[in-house]
Amino acid sequence: MADYENYAKGSPLEVKVISKRFGIPNSASIDVFLKHEGYKGLEKALKMAPDDVINEVKNSGLRGRGGAGFNAGMKWSFVPRQSPKPKYVVCNADESEPGTCKDRPLMEYDPHQMIEGILIAGYAIQSQQGYIYIRGEYRYLQEIVDRALEEAYARGYLGKNILGSGFNFDLSTHTGAGAYECGEETALLNSLEGLRGYPRVKPPFPAVVGLYGCPTVINNVETLSNVPHILLDGAEWYAKLGTPKNGGTRLFCLSGCIARPGVYELPMGFPLRRMIEEVGGGVLNGKKLKGVIPGGSSCPVLTADEVDVAMDFDSVAKAGSMLGSGGVVVIDEDTCMVKVAQRIAKFYAHESCGWCVPCREGTAWLKNLLDRFHSGGGVEDDMDTGLDVAMNILGKTLCPLGDAAAMPAISIFKKFRHEFEEHLKLGRCPYEKHSVSVA
Amino acid sequence: MLSEALKAKFDKIIARYPLKRSAIVPLLMFAQDEIGYVSDEAIEEIARRVEVRPIEVIEDIGYYSMLHRQPIGKYNFQVCTNVSCLLRGGEEILEHCSKKLGISHKQTTPDGTFSLEEVECLGACCGAPAMQVNYDFYENLTPAKIDALIEKLRKNGKD
Repeated sequence: MADYENYAKGSPLEVKVISKRFGIPNSASIDVFLKHEGYKGLEKALKMAPDDVINEVKNSGLRGRGGAGFNAGMKWSFVPRQSPKPKYVVCNADESEPGTCKDRPLMEYDPHQMIEGILIAGYAIQSQQGYIYIRGEYRYLQEIVDRALEEAYARGYLGKNILGSGFNFDLSTHTGAGAYECGEETALLNSLEGLRGYPRVKPPFPAVVGLYGCPTVINNVETLSNVPHILLDGAEWYAKLGTPKNGGTRLFCLSGCIARPGVYELPMGFPLRRMIEEVGGGVLNGKKLKGVIPGGSSCPVLTADEVDVAMDFDSVAKAGSMLGSGGVVVIDEDTCMVKVAQRIAKFYAHESCGWCVPCREGTAWLKNLLDRFHSGGGVEDDMDTGLDVAMNILGKTLCPLGDAAAMPAISIFKKFRHEFEEHLKLGRCPYEKHSVSVA
Repeated sequence: MLSEALKAKFDKIIARYPLKRSAIVPLLMFAQDEIGYVSDEAIEEIARRVEVRPIEVIEDIGYYSMLHRQPIGKYNFQVCTNVSCLLRGGEEILEHCSKKLGISHKQTTPDGTFSLEEVECLGACCGAPAMQVNYDFYENLTPAKIDALIEKLRKNGKD
């Protein structure tokens, strides 16, 4: 089991929609779920026409919580209505973006909420089969979700003729086995088909040609967990929780050099500075802020001067970064940014699936260059060479992993060039300790 | 030999998919959990059941980092050093484990009790520094917590 309670400390500034059942004893059980409005959104959806369900979700402004931020209802609407092929719903629970740990509590404390969201998506696109793709490391969560699925079958929320509506739906979990790349939707589909998790060429998009070549909707755990509330309380209510075109709330994972790390549910558009100072209790040990990764390791780093930004997809994009997966990583003044760049580069070099040459070669090159630079063996040209390599990965790969590797590197090369220069001058890392003591 | 319980589980999992080969990775994971690694016999058995050639199963094994072809320690320490953990001393935790266990990345102690691995983000960022021992999460780690855990597991390992 998780040490989760240790850091789910909560904040009075939270607006709890999808996390409102967290903390209730036995919240993962169907009985507790049903006592707290469970499956009521599904009941309502089943009385509506499928297209009306899609429109409701579209109008709510719910955008993909996996990181891309695409309007979820819009994604559903791309599924052809009349298809001779079966249709599928896939829930992406392959949470692996560094800095992100929000799907964990959603599955641990409220698996039925996610299942209800999947059922509503299934009804909306008239699918009869779904899969929940859970990363291999989350075995205990797979067991929790499997138990929840058994309960849902036993009570008639899954299987044939659900709630007497004539709607049939089967759902099961599927374990991954350690591959960041499988969080990318087309790589995930290949993995789910028993192949290596290489990305597919898009278009065609999965909504038209997805799992087993059939129309498929793929949404993140958090995205789907929001759906029952949209049905129950309405698109208008949901949209108003956030900012224009950015409906609802968001689970933000505050980590790194922060006094109170934790997963907090805050309205879309919540100011980043307040998130760090008021929700997270400020930078750890009263240190000064150096920078923030606003949405998981694939996002460009914001400097301390750039944190006056509203945390919704459009505002963070305007500030030159991405809201991504909600992983807010706080970096303090004692941290070496070359080290941060090096560690992130090492991750992408490890996770590149090797399918696209710019990513396969570029991520390894970046890692080697930054390894050498951080250990004091850098030369002046490295700064421009590193930037050039990153720029030549950007936009040249089938899936976003290449961009994910390039963007943080580019931001650090550009915004923290002076730290590279200090390394050059000293011939070593000027930050003797790049992280806090754990003793 | 794979146990009867595992074979029954195989049948149940394969039945979930319209295409049998979809079950390859889950079957490999559950076989590995039982045997301790992916054996040749497991590969043959899985290939036969999902109706592919063994080489296609082997292709998958090479892609996924959690699957291994050799036995590893009874307790596999998987220490995260990715960015959130890095900022909270993940590298020091890894170094401490390495000193304490006398092994480094992807090595196993001679008695087969412990293995050590530096891994990528485990999704425990708010509890950094974090690690997994087999499938169990350990968060907000300190050297003292590591010492106590090793002590405890060493005793269990001898039983």
